[in-house]
Amino acid sequence: MPDQARQPLGAQEDATAEGLTAGASEATPEPGAPHGLWTDAWHDLRRNPVFLVSALLILFLVLVALWPGLIATGDPNHCELIRSLEGPSAGHWFGFDTQGCDVYTRTVHGARASITVGVCATLGVALLGAVIGGLAGFYGGFWDAVLSRLGDIFFGIPMVLGAIVFLSMVSLGGIWPVVLIIAALGWPQIARIARGAVITAKQNDYVQAARALGASNTRMLLRHILPNAVAPVIVMATIMLGTFIALEATLSYLGVGLRPPTVSWGVDISAASDGMQFRNAPHILLYPAGALSITVLAFIMLGDAVRDALDPKLR
Amino acid sequence: MLLDVRDLRVEFRTREGVVRAVNGVSYSVAEGETLAVLGESGSGKSVTAQAVMGILDSPPARVTGGRVLFQGTDLLRLGEEDRRRVRGERMAMIFQDALSSLNPVLPVGYQLGEMFRVHRRASRKEARERAVELMDRVRIPAAGARAGDYPHQFSGGMRQRIMIAMALALEPELIIADEPTTALDVTVQAQVMDLLKDLQREFGMGLILITHDLGVVADVADKIAVMYAGRIVENAPVADLYKRPAHPYTRGLLDSIPRLDRKGRELRAISGLPPNLLRIPPGCPFHPRCPQVRDVCRVDPPPPLYEVTYAGRDAEAVRAAELMPDDPSALGRASACHFWKETVGE
Amino acid sequence: MGRYIVRRLLQMIPVFIGATLIIFLMVYALGDPVTALFGDRSPDPATARALRAEFNLDKPLWHQYLLYMGKIFTGDFGTAFNGQPVTDLMRHAFPISLRLAVVALVLEMLIGIALGVVTGLRRGRAVDTTVLVLTLVVIAIPTFVLGTTAQYFLGVKLGWIDPAVGPDAPFNQLLVPGLILCLVSLAYVTRLTRTSVVENARSDYIRTAVAKGLPRSRITVRHLLRNSLIPVVTYLGADIGTLMAGAIVTERIFNIQGVGYQLFQGILRQNSPTVVGFVVVLVLIFLIANLLVDLLYAVLDPRIRYA
Repeated sequence: MPDQARQPLGAQEDATAEGLTAGASEATPEPGAPHGLWTDAWHDLRRNPVFLVSALLILFLVLVALWPGLIATGDPNHCELIRSLEGPSAGHWFGFDTQGCDVYTRTVHGARASITVGVCATLGVALLGAVIGGLAGFYGGFWDAVLSRLGDIFFGIPMVLGAIVFLSMVSLGGIWPVVLIIAALGWPQIARIARGAVITAKQNDYVQAARALGASNTRMLLRHILPNAVAPVIVMATIMLGTFIALEATLSYLGVGLRPPTVSWGVDISAASDGMQFRNAPHILLYPAGALSITVLAFIMLGDAVRDALDPKLR
Repeated sequence: MLLDVRDLRVEFRTREGVVRAVNGVSYSVAEGETLAVLGESGSGKSVTAQAVMGILDSPPARVTGGRVLFQGTDLLRLGEEDRRRVRGERMAMIFQDALSSLNPVLPVGYQLGEMFRVHRRASRKEARERAVELMDRVRIPAAGARAGDYPHQFSGGMRQRIMIAMALALEPELIIADEPTTALDVTVQAQVMDLLKDLQREFGMGLILITHDLGVVADVADKIAVMYAGRIVENAPVADLYKRPAHPYTRGLLDSIPRLDRKGRELRAISGLPPNLLRIPPGCPFHPRCPQVRDVCRVDPPPPLYEVTYAGRDAEAVRAAELMPDDPSALGRASACHFWKETVGE
Repeated sequence: MGRYIVRRLLQMIPVFIGATLIIFLMVYALGDPVTALFGDRSPDPATARALRAEFNLDKPLWHQYLLYMGKIFTGDFGTAFNGQPVTDLMRHAFPISLRLAVVALVLEMLIGIALGVVTGLRRGRAVDTTVLVLTLVVIAIPTFVLGTTAQYFLGVKLGWIDPAVGPDAPFNQLLVPGLILCLVSLAYVTRLTRTSVVENARSDYIRTAVAKGLPRSRITVRHLLRNSLIPVVTYLGADIGTLMAGAIVTERIFNIQGVGYQLFQGILRQNSPTVVGFVVVLVLIFLIANLLVDLLYAVLDPRIRYA
């Protein structure tokens, strides 16, 4: 669902007295030196509580996704109907769902599917988008027109809409069709950003100079242009990652995303929302929805923080 | 005196610390007089001007001391509404980059007419007529037809004329021009400068011309204040300063530009960089770059403004100093160098 | 301007063809509508063959697509497998969804821009922080969770609203569904407006406006807002696509029988003509909306050249 213009735009830093601190210490980083940009960004990030909190959260979530057994030993598909909708109790902190499965175990194990979908879809989107957008921006002219139009075509299909149609037709189940369709429909947003960044980088004086000095295309792309285009792509991808996790849940809610017996937050939330199952047992909605929301939030905040740190304008 | 700035101090609170941009600046401008404020970027010349206009961004900026006497009234003590009425009506400012200083999405005629709409409660039609008149006055060709154009549709020189027209709109007593020609082509620079000078003469306004360009100053200004690290380091009538600079920094500036009367002499740049205002060096702030530096220059406090006298000094300047003994800027000449005598060559 | 519009319209053609072709292929190449029609029963071969012929399904895909697009331009969106013309469904569904979208867009614009301006002007204060945190929370919680809980609390528990919207879907019943539909976009509009206001407030021309001695209110409305809303307008255009897709979820929750509902039913029942027909119209609306926004953008920002 995220659109190009839909980059969450976060808190900006206080204006510094620009131009007043002119001096050796304020020497602007060497243009195009990614080293300077990233070093400065890291310096900022290390002291940014939003970044620290979201990064730690994501680290934790990734660990849980990799080894859910570490904190939840039970089997997420082990259910006893007799305990259906039982509330939280000692040993079963999150209570039981409609089927009598332990909500805690399912929430912990659900992290894997949700995060895998998010990470893989984002990787796909970022790779496709960066390559296509980068080539369009670098070569310009005819290829730019063709690739940009191709992007417009995929951009013209609203994501949820296209995903529902595709997933209802393939009806394979599992996470891969979901990943595939998100990547297929999501790449134009990254491509537009990458294209813009490459065109901007290309116009920089030092790139023009390198070209005048006879640097080869490959060398130009790798040494001078790529480092500049990478930052905005990474930022956008991080923010999109969060929204893709939410998208998986939405698709599961509509019955075309992941389906039982796959354990995912989306599956559990949709089971809880359906027909207002949560009416008498709010815990069956609260925990998976909470886990999902916190995860989405963590990625969006991480992206925001990285963007603020990388954007020299706000410095 | 039209404008009398006394011991003005401005700070910026930033994440890195307190930036001391202006540290006790005093200068004055009389009716019809032109004061040139000279200095490198970061010397505090623009910030002083913005403090005078009352358009500093605060936060982070804060005026921490001093007075801005405008026809005897301390503007710093006025309420925001009274202050607003002074701006545009009685003092106006011309900015360096007209492209970014004009609103990109409004026609220039509208932006000019706004002055009359707001300050004079003029009707829409009247405001438009006055705007065209103004554009005519700053010699924009086909003014009537171009009033509906947007800033980006004008050339740099024409845009700066519009800025000047905007400042002149209500015939203020004082105009502050912050590097009005820096962003322009050299050929256009002279035209714009001449226009400004003509209009100033016509209206009899006081003018503060902020610049880093000694060449511009010579034929326009009556007197010059040279700023360094938020302080005035030298004050002088314009001819005097060129003849006999009394501060090593001024001398450095003069030595770095080609001059007809010094043909054959080698040009020398001032070594080093302007100080970081977060950490202004103790003692004389110029000492790390000063070719005449001595031990006393390295210890605090910074040197005061010494009155500069030498044989053959302008008699008029001496009289001015006697009339206003407590105002260092009224002195015909002053230098913030312990060794001004050696510098001035006496 | 005229040439610009023509050029943009021409550019739209390949995009429209491409997008509809993709949808068409997804439906007709990946799925088998006739088999789906019979559900779990295996279809009688003769009937299946007759159906295939009737709906042109026996022809190659590219031929099917051409036939289909040809008919669309005569206003014939085909017949659903239950015999109802797709245009009939549309005639009922589109006005309802249009009302829902109008409610959502208006709420999104009014509330989002107002919040963005307030927070942008009071950067760093308590209002700002609170609203920013709220926008993040809204973005992070899936719409269907917010929707179902709102429906439960406001509709079932408190009885303030009708939990399900009636078949006529009058405006007053669409207020809460519209709000739920636009909530995420509203949060983004707030953040975008805020950033834009903050950025512009620092610009040189605002400093000039202050130096001109203009009153605060005039600076804010005539200079700051006028410029800050330009990116917001572009965003709202792209957002129409999000709203259309989001309507599938919202209409399902509140049982609103609009486009999203019909489309979803069509997908569930693999009613291919319905699905393709609705999606084609939605894609067209999306493209036109984006074109209109681009034109509006050029009007709002005179710096845009119609190149």
